[in-house]
Amino acid sequence: MFLSAVPQPNGEPRSRMSRQSQQQHRTPTRHTDNTVEVKSKFEAEYRRFGLKRNGFGGFQEFYHLLQNIHHIHGVEVLLEYADIHGDLLPINNDENFHKAVSSANPVLRIIITKKEGDSIVYTTNSLQRRRKGLGLTGLRPAGSGSIHSKNKSGLMIGPPQDFRQISSIIDVDILPESYRRVRLHKYGSKKPLGFYIRDGVSVRVTPQGVEKVPGVFISRLVRGGLAESTGLLAVNDEILEVNGIDLAGKSLDQVTDMMVANSHNLIVTVKPANQRNNVPPRGSKNLMGHSGSVGSGGSVGSALSHDSPSPASQSNPITASSSIAEGDSYEEDDDGDVILENDCLSHNKYFPITNSSTLNRDSPHKGQHSAIPLSVSMPNSLGASLSHSSTMMSHHNGGSAHSVSSSQESMKEDGNVITL
Amino acid sequence: MKRFRRHGTESQRDRLKQELFQFTKTVEHGFPHQPSALGYSSSLQLMAIGTRSGAIKLYGAPGVEFMGLHDENAAVTQVFFMPHQVELVTLLDDNSLHMWTLRSHKGLSELLEIGRFLLTGPPGAPPSVTRVTAVLTHSSGELLLLGTEGGHVFIVEVPGFRELEEMNISLDQITSCVPDDYIGRRNLEHVEALQENPVNSNQVAIGYGRGLMVIWDLDHRLAIRHIPATQQLESMWWKEDGSCILSSHSDGSYCCWTLRTGEEREEEEKTNVPYGHFPCKAISKIVQLPTAGGPPFLLFSGGMPRASYGDRHCITVIYSKTQVAFDFTSRIIDFFVTRDGPQHTGEPSALVVLVEEELVVIDLQTEGWPVIQTPYLVPLHSSAITCSHHVSAIPLKLWERIIAAGVVQNTQYSKKPWPITGGQNLAPDPPQRDLLLTGHEDGTVRFWDASGVCLYPLYKLSTAAVFNADADLNDNMSQGAEGEWPPFRKVGCFDPYSDDPRLGIQKIHLCKYSGYLTVAGTAGQILMLELNDEAAEQTVEAKIVDLLQGQEGFRWKGHTQLDVREEPVLFPPGFQPFTVVQCQPPAVVTALNLHSEWKLVAFGTSHGFSVYDYLQKNNVLVKCTLNPSDQLAMEGPLSRVKSIKKSLRQSFRRIRRSRVSLRKHHISNTNKVIQEANARLEAELAEMELAPVQRKIEARSSDDSFTGLVRTLYFADTFLSDSSHNTPSLWAGTNGGTVFAYILYIPPAEHRADEALTAQPAKEIQLMHRAPVVGIVVLDGHGAPLPEPLETAHDLARSPDLLGSHHVLVISEEQFKVFTLPKLSSKMKLKLTAVDGSRVRRAGLAWFGSNRTEDYGESGLVFLTNQGDVHVLSLPHIKMQIRYPCIRREDVSGIASCVFTKQGQGFYLMSPSEFERFSLSTRYLVEPRCLVEAPLPPVFSNQHQPKLEGASSALRYIAARRVMEHALLNDESKSLR
Repeated sequence: MFLSAVPQPNGEPRSRMSRQSQQQHRTPTRHTDNTVEVKSKFEAEYRRFGLKRNGFGGFQEFYHLLQNIHHIHGVEVLLEYADIHGDLLPINNDENFHKAVSSANPVLRIIITKKEGDSIVYTTNSLQRRRKGLGLTGLRPAGSGSIHSKNKSGLMIGPPQDFRQISSIIDVDILPESYRRVRLHKYGSKKPLGFYIRDGVSVRVTPQGVEKVPGVFISRLVRGGLAESTGLLAVNDEILEVNGIDLAGKSLDQVTDMMVANSHNLIVTVKPANQRNNVPPRGSKNLMGHSGSVGSGGSVGSALSHDSPSPASQSNPITASSSIAEGDSYEEDDDGDVILENDCLSHNKYFPITNSSTLNRDSPHKGQHSAIPLSVSMPNSLGASLSHSSTMMSHHNGGSAHSVSSSQESMKEDGNVITL
Repeated sequence: MKRFRRHGTESQRDRLKQELFQFTKTVEHGFPHQPSALGYSSSLQLMAIGTRSGAIKLYGAPGVEFMGLHDENAAVTQVFFMPHQVELVTLLDDNSLHMWTLRSHKGLSELLEIGRFLLTGPPGAPPSVTRVTAVLTHSSGELLLLGTEGGHVFIVEVPGFRELEEMNISLDQITSCVPDDYIGRRNLEHVEALQENPVNSNQVAIGYGRGLMVIWDLDHRLAIRHIPATQQLESMWWKEDGSCILSSHSDGSYCCWTLRTGEEREEEEKTNVPYGHFPCKAISKIVQLPTAGGPPFLLFSGGMPRASYGDRHCITVIYSKTQVAFDFTSRIIDFFVTRDGPQHTGEPSALVVLVEEELVVIDLQTEGWPVIQTPYLVPLHSSAITCSHHVSAIPLKLWERIIAAGVVQNTQYSKKPWPITGGQNLAPDPPQRDLLLTGHEDGTVRFWDASGVCLYPLYKLSTAAVFNADADLNDNMSQGAEGEWPPFRKVGCFDPYSDDPRLGIQKIHLCKYSGYLTVAGTAGQILMLELNDEAAEQTVEAKIVDLLQGQEGFRWKGHTQLDVREEPVLFPPGFQPFTVVQCQPPAVVTALNLHSEWKLVAFGTSHGFSVYDYLQKNNVLVKCTLNPSDQLAMEGPLSRVKSIKKSLRQSFRRIRRSRVSLRKHHISNTNKVIQEANARLEAELAEMELAPVQRKIEARSSDDSFTGLVRTLYFADTFLSDSSHNTPSLWAGTNGGTVFAYILYIPPAEHRADEALTAQPAKEIQLMHRAPVVGIVVLDGHGAPLPEPLETAHDLARSPDLLGSHHVLVISEEQFKVFTLPKLSSKMKLKLTAVDGSRVRRAGLAWFGSNRTEDYGESGLVFLTNQGDVHVLSLPHIKMQIRYPCIRREDVSGIASCVFTKQGQGFYLMSPSEFERFSLSTRYLVEPRCLVEAPLPPVFSNQHQPKLEGASSALRYIAARRVMEHALLNDESKSLR
């Protein structure tokens, strides 16, 4: 109940084929359909090579292959790839390696980072967040060092790395038992948040007796939506706060607008209609710690360091909420604005077309170019993927461009050729 | 130490805020919504209008206005001034009486309520006994006579509202002395009218609903006369010499009853049915006024033949052989006649008629009885207002030309001065000339002088002449035909019926320096107009712009585009169109901007936007912003779908509003209050269960409808390509949170007419939160907004700082965000919706001057939210400065109509016919400041009154002149600078 996550969809059934067919290509072969173009990056260096889709074995071989290609033998590294939604996901076993290969479209982008012991929770826009240098101060799992050491099956303690976080219960330690604060991560996917709210009457116990006040409640969960899939929200739950801001005195329309404005990172404090699944405040300590580490293991570790106001302190909601608003502790940075430039002068040099300069759209490399303009007018999900791909491209520029853009708040890319 | 210092600067800032900002609702312009009563004091020369919402408004000379609001939410049914006093009495729908006075305070008068009174009958009496139907303010100024539904007349002493029970005239007293043979045993019904004998204040006439009129002596407390009319009584009028009483009746007749001295019975002279033969409607009010040497004026309302003209709203004026039935476009509330002379007892000078939608004043002394143009109470909504645009500090030259164009249009008005002249206007001269332009549903644009308290009409522009519309021009010609009976004459300008809704004006932009005006309308038409002092016959060039840019597979289901006239059209002096651009598809224009220096006009619809070069008359840029899957935007106006949704939402809001008001009670936290509230809440909950309100919580996506709708367009000369060269640029913001920026190439002046202009896409921002972009502003190196086009060329603004780095401020409905230029990296932002749930509806730039020191001031961003609050943000740091509740959040149309001025004032429609003016600035306030002095007792006033009268009119004249001189000086000083 504390961490609800959906596993990555499994890749296509693995075909354990002979490993001898593995090849290393410096240039992609464009003639065979079953070859995957791989672009891997380690620090400022890029490598491109081809990979047989059906002829490649498991994770370990791939790991060694990359070590070979980048000449980083003996360095413990983490492998990550960018999925179609622009999310950065790990490769650390056969399962997700095959998923990564199968989802390459058409380029499989690999990012290799030196293992520093940090574990990462993979979540929405994790790519951007990392670039901003925010929130990577998660708890260090005790056994983190052993996970990636080759084939040692040490017991992994820490956030599961094969899962994406879509929701969490946070601030359990500071909220009254009857309340629950839920964070929903809206992914780049098209999965809707999927719930409705309504007006209603809430019963409060006051020194004068039972008092009825207007309140806002969840009225409906959409099947298959994010809200339903978490299992943390239910119909008739009363909503008390949105992203740390008390809702007393707000109209349904205002609450709606607030929720929509925060939809990319929505934190709602609810009083569940069903109070039987509540967490005792000092109950099973393991679970507590676990959930806490999930919350802080993410990029929003600061959320826990700030004392967020509990609805119990609603006597002074304004100061409470304003402290939140100022501290931005609940806000993930949403500077995901996509900025497109038409810098006709500067772009060509960043795109050394190493391949033949064919204009054939079937060429995977060219396809990468054309994919960008197409995604410009696409919904959020693809906007994110655009931002992702532009990030990837910016890495062409080398480390300097990378450091420049990451020092800035926004998703800004110099020298991208994005023309409409 | 640090903390201490910070605290110090903050308090300093707070002090500065107090010097800069202050919220006041200053004055209401236009015509009161739903007027319900009219009163007039000839001694004060003031007119009072009561409304159905319980407001009472007093008007005198232009600029003299007072406004009061009854606490009760009940309609004002009658208003009476106390004779020769500054008090007035109002009767409300709930049967309560209120006493108001004009009290002088620091040299200015204020309207104050000083007493209220509810008539109480004997215990156990039915409510009809005390239900007031007629009021007479006795000329002594000490008595109030109240006739009731039960037929009694109660006498109350004022001020103080003390009932004089011994003086009351009960129905029994009357019936006991009425001859039995006259009425039989029938009920006399309610008191319909009360009149005082003009020559003997001890005598009052009491008119009963059944028709009986009784003359009662107040001193001796007995009935002197009975006038045995048999028709249902509507009104009574005691002639000035006291010799006879006129009565008007429900069958459309009036009678004159001569009062003979001695013991003779009164004689019914003759029943007159002015529009007779066939059954007529009631004559609701009748007035007869003598003239010095001729026949009297007879005026009455109603009395039209029921079958043929029963739906007309008419007042008939009969003088000698002349008879005119003034035909109004809305229901008549009441009327009065002003009179000449020092005591205002001389010749009738003007007929003042309050109808439901306007005030019409007719000059009775000029041949042909022309209408006098009203300086205030002008119906803004003579055709519904669809948009407004405010331009501050109009150069004198343009001002004079607009006035000259307006004068030509207003030749049909009487030359007589405004007849209602009470009070003195003490307001300081307006510091500058301001124009308010309102666009209307019928395709007209009206120009108003918004510099002062009176919103005065200057000029009216009609765009309908450009198009082939089937408007029947003979509408006005048909009337006044010889020998028509009744002799109708249409008066008034309220005409809400639009021939063609496509003509409606949606956006206006006026360049005050060049005199270019652009207006855009409902059917995607954009007109470019130029001010011309001469009438001109010309063909208007039409140009079609395809905003879809070849997008396929869609069918426009909205209205067709307007048909532009191909033959030359004669345009009167004023703004004359020279180019018409028509968008294809002809969707409503949603954004418009004009750059008169570059001679470019930019416009946008739900399909895209375009830049048009009105010098070379061709397109510079066309951009389609439509999402191909957006069916709703493609197909056309969805007004019907929307309006149902809107009305549903509004009805839900109504439920909620009452709940929110509950919350206040809970603060007081007493048991009883809670119980009551709970009971009410339960009732409301039951109501809500019938109509559950749900809101979907979902992130915005590009698949939403109308993401391509262009919300704002902005021209700026700034750094878009690199940080060393500034170039002209166009910025466009859409409903889907996208900002497009184009670099414009504009040839040098010598080649401007022949070299091609180009536009090149430069930047595009997709805001992640995807909220509609409602404003874009470029801030210069000093953080100040860029000046308007031609402003620096006319030396009226400091030229922008082009050395420092520019920033662009993007205002979306949800947040404010500053990006650097040309890199477009996000610099700072301020979230609004995420924090308090309100959204930006209107935004504007304003300059705020300190009220303490002349030389300090700063720019700010003023905006209005959907919650009806106005805020000011500092620039360039986008920090929240102040916030005031301004408009009720349920008042959607009020919020949508708001415009801001450059001096931190604003206007919004508080009703379809009224603008509320408010100010956020401490320095710029336009509010009525006026003084009304108590009139001198009539005995002495013979010598004093004329002098005073002359003096005050001279004063007014001087004041008027001073405005112009001041304005002139202003101009000169500016040009000197």
